[in-house]
Amino acid sequence: MHPILKLVLQRLALGCLLLVAASALIFAGTMILPGDVAQSILGQSATPQALANLRAELGLDVPPVQRYFDWLGGVLHGDLGTSLTNRLDIADTMGKRLGNTLFLAFWAAIISVPLAIFLGLLAVRYEGRWPDKLISGVTLASISIPEFLIGYVLIYFIAVKLRMFTTVAMINDGMSLGEKLNAIALPVIVLTLVVLAHMMRMTRAAILNVMQSAYIETAELKGLSSFKVIARHAFPNAIAPIVNVVMLNLAYLVVGVVVVEVVFVYPGMGQYLVDHVAKRDVPVVQACGLVFAAVYICLNMIADIVSILSNPRLRHPK
Amino acid sequence: MNDRDREIQHFTKLAAKGRMTRREFVGRMAALGVTAAMANTLLSTAVKAAGPNKGGTLKIGSTGGESTNTLDPALAASQVPYHNLHAFAETLVEVKSDGSIDPRLAESVESSPDAKTWRFKIRSGVEFHNGKSVTAQDVMRTIERHSNEESKSGALGIVKGIESMSVDGDTFVMNLHTANADLPYLMADYHLMIQPDGGFDNPAAGIGSGAYMLVSDEPGVRHLFKKNPNYWDSTRGHVDEVEIIVINDATARMAALQSGQAHIVNRVDPKVAGLLSRAPGVRVENVGGPGHYVFIMHCDTAPFDNNDLRLALKYAINRQEMVDKILMGFGSVGNDFPINASYPLFDSSIPQREYDAAKAAEHYKKSGHDGSPIILRVADGAFPGAVDAAALFQQSAAAAGIPLEIKREPNDGYWSEVWNKQPFCASYWGGRPVQDQMYSTAYLSSADWNDTKFKNADFDAKLLAARAELDGTKRKALYSEMANMLRDEGGLICPMFNDYVDGLSEKVQGWEKDGTGELMGGRASQVCWLA
Repeated sequence: MHPILKLVLQRLALGCLLLVAASALIFAGTMILPGDVAQSILGQSATPQALANLRAELGLDVPPVQRYFDWLGGVLHGDLGTSLTNRLDIADTMGKRLGNTLFLAFWAAIISVPLAIFLGLLAVRYEGRWPDKLISGVTLASISIPEFLIGYVLIYFIAVKLRMFTTVAMINDGMSLGEKLNAIALPVIVLTLVVLAHMMRMTRAAILNVMQSAYIETAELKGLSSFKVIARHAFPNAIAPIVNVVMLNLAYLVVGVVVVEVVFVYPGMGQYLVDHVAKRDVPVVQACGLVFAAVYICLNMIADIVSILSNPRLRHPK
Repeated sequence: MNDRDREIQHFTKLAAKGRMTRREFVGRMAALGVTAAMANTLLSTAVKAAGPNKGGTLKIGSTGGESTNTLDPALAASQVPYHNLHAFAETLVEVKSDGSIDPRLAESVESSPDAKTWRFKIRSGVEFHNGKSVTAQDVMRTIERHSNEESKSGALGIVKGIESMSVDGDTFVMNLHTANADLPYLMADYHLMIQPDGGFDNPAAGIGSGAYMLVSDEPGVRHLFKKNPNYWDSTRGHVDEVEIIVINDATARMAALQSGQAHIVNRVDPKVAGLLSRAPGVRVENVGGPGHYVFIMHCDTAPFDNNDLRLALKYAINRQEMVDKILMGFGSVGNDFPINASYPLFDSSIPQREYDAAKAAEHYKKSGHDGSPIILRVADGAFPGAVDAAALFQQSAAAAGIPLEIKREPNDGYWSEVWNKQPFCASYWGGRPVQDQMYSTAYLSSADWNDTKFKNADFDAKLLAARAELDGTKRKALYSEMANMLRDEGGLICPMFNDYVDGLSEKVQGWEKDGTGELMGGRASQVCWLA
């Protein structure tokens, strides 16, 4: 078998095990939280009788371990079940939310990843001079400001004062791509500002590291332009760490943007998960956890494979 | 008619048609020597005379919506479900802003002289959105679903006193265990929206008889409704579409109003209400209601089982300071019983309890408390500003020599783990349309939500007597005695009644002050229109 294929299969099997472990952890976690779904639904208006009726109807009187295995059995058959709180099909509602999250993450990534790498290359080219310092300063400042604050500032100056774009980034099926992009413009800007610095700094550091090597000196002595040296000779050897940090940030764009979703009222996965945790709606929390874990595992696997492919030394382990 | 009058008339017409904003209009009027108050009166009269403008999409930005929401009226507990229900469904009767009963699906309501049998004549020719007629049978099935053994309805406590129900032609008849002069007010509860066959087969289908029909239900995101062409009441349902957008973040909600993406928003934070009202194109409307922010003590748990200690704490809170600093003036002071002037039969002659450190110290000494800190549990989820309010309480109590220790609890799970379980905590009551319902819900000895564990046979007897009393004067006297009992012996510390504070775009017209709930008791989507 091809070593790469073998590696992928190994990683996939390990990933599946990890997913099961994650789901067990999440289930245990939601069991530890105080209160249950019946109490959360009825809230302050819960009477003991209404609580008992609702618990029986939702099947909460079944022991937790049995409930977990019932759920696991369903998932293995491709059935994520229905939400305890609003009886909607989880695969269906979560699918829409996941689509929205991926849509936002996609556009944020399309802008931020090339921009970060380009800025990183630029910073290396002008290392220690003002463009380098300017790029580092601005991106570090934007990563240091809490994302909700950047969001509010943009809302106030761009949407309220200038009346550009929209404050409510709500998208639905009836909108054209243009309308959708108009709606998500502000959150995309915020997310770009948030993830830019990390990737930019990593690109800069990785390439600078390579720039110390003898072969770079050779390339320079051959008379190549400095940007060409960086892009053609240094960058390919710095791919592995860059891909790693890019994947981490992509994962963040998918699973970690709940604050941005709240500020811009974006119907993504984060808000969906938080709502259901607050209501102790275990099947939905499980399903979201599964998706988030899968995203992390997949992106990390891609990062590993790319670094192995980009580095022939790693392709032939001893 | 001189030029000035003609000019005033001209501008009033323009403004009434929405071709001029209210602010511009008031400015023009000021130039013509008309005061702002007068100009506003002129405008609202002209707007009424011009009649509602039809069409458009009314966008309501509301907090209190989650991905877990359902359209089942029985399970509605937060604001977005509340507004959804008012958009697509109706109750038998509604409570008007002046406290009187407005017949809706019931054309008329009658009771037997002993107030034990109630007859609701159902309006004929009203259709559900699925084309079926609304019948007395549907009404009976609806009340049945909320009151039967399997019920998990938020209105279960309200409909518990029903002995039997029947249908008599186009009339729905209810027999009660004990007399209740306020029954129509109970039927106005927003959970009791009439559904086809009571909603037994699919409670969350979103089918009612209301002014708007469900188009799209995306819990936690938005809910879209379109005009119901067969709606029976031509004075309601003016816009083509109502979109209820879930915006839980307060800042985002205010920004949506300012940028024109929402026409109406609820729960304007009192802290920003002043700033918001100065922003162009928007106004802030506040109205007093029955909702109150409270600290509750369990009368049956030490040290709160000692009435002197309870009185000490009641004297140790500075109510006016709370209204000024927590509500920013958007509210009124409470008097340690859950009733205020927004209720019918309220006795305004009951003396207002004031902050009095000396009296507090005296009662504290008399209680013989050992001086150990009294633990007060709070979370901002109890009511907005609860943690700050507790800090103010701690300061004013310390001045009287009473040590309070504030224990911050997480918002998450507050209502299931702290409220009604811990002996001293912050809480919130939304209030009820009538005194009987408020007292029966939380102060009757046997009430499930008796969150102060106040158990007093005399009080219970008076409550039941008042319930059956059809003579208004006698009832008022009974309610006054009960209020005094709670004020002097109860476990409730009620520092303030909060106003409903809503934000409106200049485009919204037809708005009236209505303290029965936020957004005009949920009716804004039906009675307002867009200029």
